[in-house]
Amino acid sequence: MATIELKQVEKRFGEAYAVKPMDMTINNGDFVVLLGPSGCGKTTTLRMISGLESVSSGIINFNDKDVTWLHPSERDIAFVFQFFALYSHMTCRENIAFPLRASGEEGAEIDRKVKRVAEMLRIEHLLKSRPGGLSGGDQQRVALARALVRKPAAFLMDEPLGALDAEFRETMRAEIKRLHLEQNATTVYVTHDQIEAMAMGDKIVVMSAAEIQQAGTPLEVYYDPANLFVARFIGSPGMNLVEGSYSEGKIKLGDANIYCVPQDWRASLDTTIGTGEVVVGFRPEAVQFSAQGQLGSSVYANDLHGSYSMLHLELIKDNIVNARADRRDRHQMGDSIKFDIDPEQVRFFDPKTEKALQKVAL
Amino acid sequence: MALRSPSAPKQDVVISTRVDKVGLRPALLRNFRAGLAVVAALIMLLPAVWMSMTAFKSRPDAVSVPPKVFFTPTLEGFVSLLTDRRQLSNTELEDYKQRTDLNWMDKLALKRGQAIIGWSEFPKHLRNSIIISVTSTFLSIFFGVLAAYAFSRFKIPGESDLLFFILSTRMLPPVVVTIPIFLMYRALGLFDTHIGLILLYTAFNLSFAVWLMKGFIDEIPKEYEEAALVDGYTRLQAFRKIVLPQAITGIAATTVFSFIFAWNEYAFALMLTSSAARTAPPSLPSRIGTGGVEWAAIAAGSLLFLIPAIILTFALRKHLLRGVTFGAIRKG
Ligand SMILES: Nc1ncnc2c1ncn2[C@@H]1O[C@H](COP(=O)(O)OP(=O)(O)O)[C@@H](O)[C@H]1O
Ligand SMILES: [Mg+2]
Repeated sequence: MATIELKQVEKRFGEAYAVKPMDMTINNGDFVVLLGPSGCGKTTTLRMISGLESVSSGIINFNDKDVTWLHPSERDIAFVFQFFALYSHMTCRENIAFPLRASGEEGAEIDRKVKRVAEMLRIEHLLKSRPGGLSGGDQQRVALARALVRKPAAFLMDEPLGALDAEFRETMRAEIKRLHLEQNATTVYVTHDQIEAMAMGDKIVVMSAAEIQQAGTPLEVYYDPANLFVARFIGSPGMNLVEGSYSEGKIKLGDANIYCVPQDWRASLDTTIGTGEVVVGFRPEAVQFSAQGQLGSSVYANDLHGSYSMLHLELIKDNIVNARADRRDRHQMGDSIKFDIDPEQVRFFDPKTEKALQKVAL
Repeated sequence: MALRSPSAPKQDVVISTRVDKVGLRPALLRNFRAGLAVVAALIMLLPAVWMSMTAFKSRPDAVSVPPKVFFTPTLEGFVSLLTDRRQLSNTELEDYKQRTDLNWMDKLALKRGQAIIGWSEFPKHLRNSIIISVTSTFLSIFFGVLAAYAFSRFKIPGESDLLFFILSTRMLPPVVVTIPIFLMYRALGLFDTHIGLILLYTAFNLSFAVWLMKGFIDEIPKEYEEAALVDGYTRLQAFRKIVLPQAITGIAATTVFSFIFAWNEYAFALMLTSSAARTAPPSLPSRIGTGGVEWAAIAAGSLLFLIPAIILTFALRKHLLRGVTFGAIRKG
C-alpha cells in the first residue's frame, strides 16, 4: 500500500503540454478518480505514475521514496488497461498467473492465489478458456483478476469500463467499488464519465486542458465547483449558469428579472465584483417553485425522468435553465412559472477569471 | 420464477435461416465455386504431378510419344541423379552379373550396363542448399524481428529515412550488382563458400523481413508489453513472452518467404559458387550435359528440390492461414 505524491509533475510532447505542472497527493487506501474530457491528460498522468511514460520534469514519490526514474516493474503497481490487454495466446488462468510468475513464486502458491482471486471475481469457470472468445464483461473480470492477484502498492485503472456495454458497466462499477472496499488498496481510476466518478471516488480530481481544475470529494466538486468548467462538467445536466449585472445586492438577469443576493454572499460580491458582470450558478434541484418567486420564466420543454421531471425554463431570452420538478406537476409549454433559488445552494462566479467566489465570513 | 410452463418446447438449438444460405440458387453457386476451385487446382498442380510421374519413369517411358500416363514406376531416375556411373565393357558386364554383393542401386545401374563408382555431386548440392537457406533464413528472421521491434516501439532518430534506406536495397534488380559482388567476393575469399551465400541471402532477405515484421509488430498493441512491464517483467522478457508469441503468424509468413527466396535463388549461386558451396538450383540444369537429356534424373532432382519447401510451407500453414487476429484487445 502506498501514498502517491506528485510534485510539479509535467509532460510535454514536443512543445505541447499533455500535462501542465501538477501537484497531487493520493493518500494510502484512497480511491481517487481522475475525471476530465477526452484529451485532457488523464492517461498521460496515470502512465507517468506507472512509469510507462517518463516525466518531462517533476518528482513522483511512493511512500516518500522518489520513484520518478524507476522502471515500471520496480514500482509494484498493477495497471488495468481500457482494452484489457489480455494475452490471447494464454488461457485465462495463465493470464492471471502471469504477474506472479515474474516474481518467481512457487507453483502451488500461484495456484492458490489464482483460485482465490477467481472466486472473488466469480470467474472460476473461465479459467481454462482463452480470453479471445469471452464477452467484454468477462474479459474485464479476468483483467481485474490479473491486477488483483498480487498485492501491489497501488492499482491504476485507465477507463477500465470504457469498452463495456452500458449494462455491464454498472455491474462492474459496483464490483470494482466492492473490491476496493475489501482490499482497501490505493487506487487511481481514470474516467471521462462524471456519473462513474461521482459513484466511485473517495476523491475526484477534475482535469481539463492538461491542468487540474479541482480536487475534492464528490460532494465538494458537485456543490462547490471551483470554476465554471467544473460547474458545467459535473452533473447531468450541469449547473445552471446565468450571467447578469451586479450592483448593490441585486443582479439584473435579462430585462425582466432581478435576483436579490442572499445576505451572506453580499460582502463577497461587493469586494470582488463591486459593480459589474457576475455569473449566478445553481443546480436544477435548488429551484424552489412558488407563486411568490422572485424569478419569472416560461416553460420551454419538460422531460420525464421516471421519478421526477426536468423542466427546461426560459429565464432570459434564449437562456434555458434546468429545474427539477415533481413528476405529477402538469406544465404546458409556454406556461409562465415563478421560482426562487435555495439560498444554501446558490453559487457565484467571476466571468473574467471563471473562478467561483468564496463566501466571506461576516 | 420461471414463467415458462413445463410443457413449453425448449429452444436450445437455434438453426440459422439466413436466406442467402438456403434454397436452390445458393446451393448451385456453392457447387459452382467448388468446381472452379478444383479446376484451378488441377491446372496449377498438373506440372508438378507430371514432373513427379516423370521422376519415376524409365528412360524410354520418359521420352515416349505419345506420353505415357500409365507406366511401371522405377527408381532409375533417382539412381542416375544421385550417383556417378561408368559404362561397363562386355566382359565386365558378365563378371558383374555373377556378383552377389550388389545392392538395389547397383542392380538398377547394371540394367543399363553401368557400374556405380560413387555418389554424384547432387546430394552435396542439396545439402548446401539446406545449410545456406536455413541459416540465412534464421539470420534474416532473427535480426529482422529485432530491428522491426525497435522501429515499431522506440523513437529512433531518422526512423523513416532508415526504413527507406533499408527498403531501397530492394529497388535495384539484384542481377545488376552480380559483377561487383563477384569481384568483391573473390577479393575477400568469399567465393564458393557457404558463408558467402549466407551473407548475401541474409542481406537480401533482411530488408524484406524488417518491413514485413514491422507491419506485424505494429499490429500488436503496445499495451500488451506494458501490462507485462508493470507486472514485473523486463523489456526483454516481455518481448520473449508476449511479443514473440503474438508475432508468430508474421514470423511464419516471413520465414516462408525468406526461405523460398534463398532456396530458389539461381543467378548469384551460379556466379558465386563452383563446387564446394554450389546449391541445387544451378546444379540441376548442369545435368543437361553430354549424352542426351536424362529427363527422369532431372525430374527426380526437381522433385527432391521441391520437397523441403513443401514441408516448410505445410508445417507453417496454420499460421499462414490464421491471419493477424489478436483476439483480446479491441482497438478503440
Ligand atoms: N505519445 C504521444 N505523443 C504525442 N502526443 C501525445 C502522446 N500521448 C498523448 N498525447 C497527447 O497528450 C494529450 C493528452 O492525452 P491523454 O493523456 O491520452 O488524454 P486523456 O487520457 O485524458 O484522453 C492529448 O492531446 C494527446 O494527443
Ligand atoms: Mg485516455
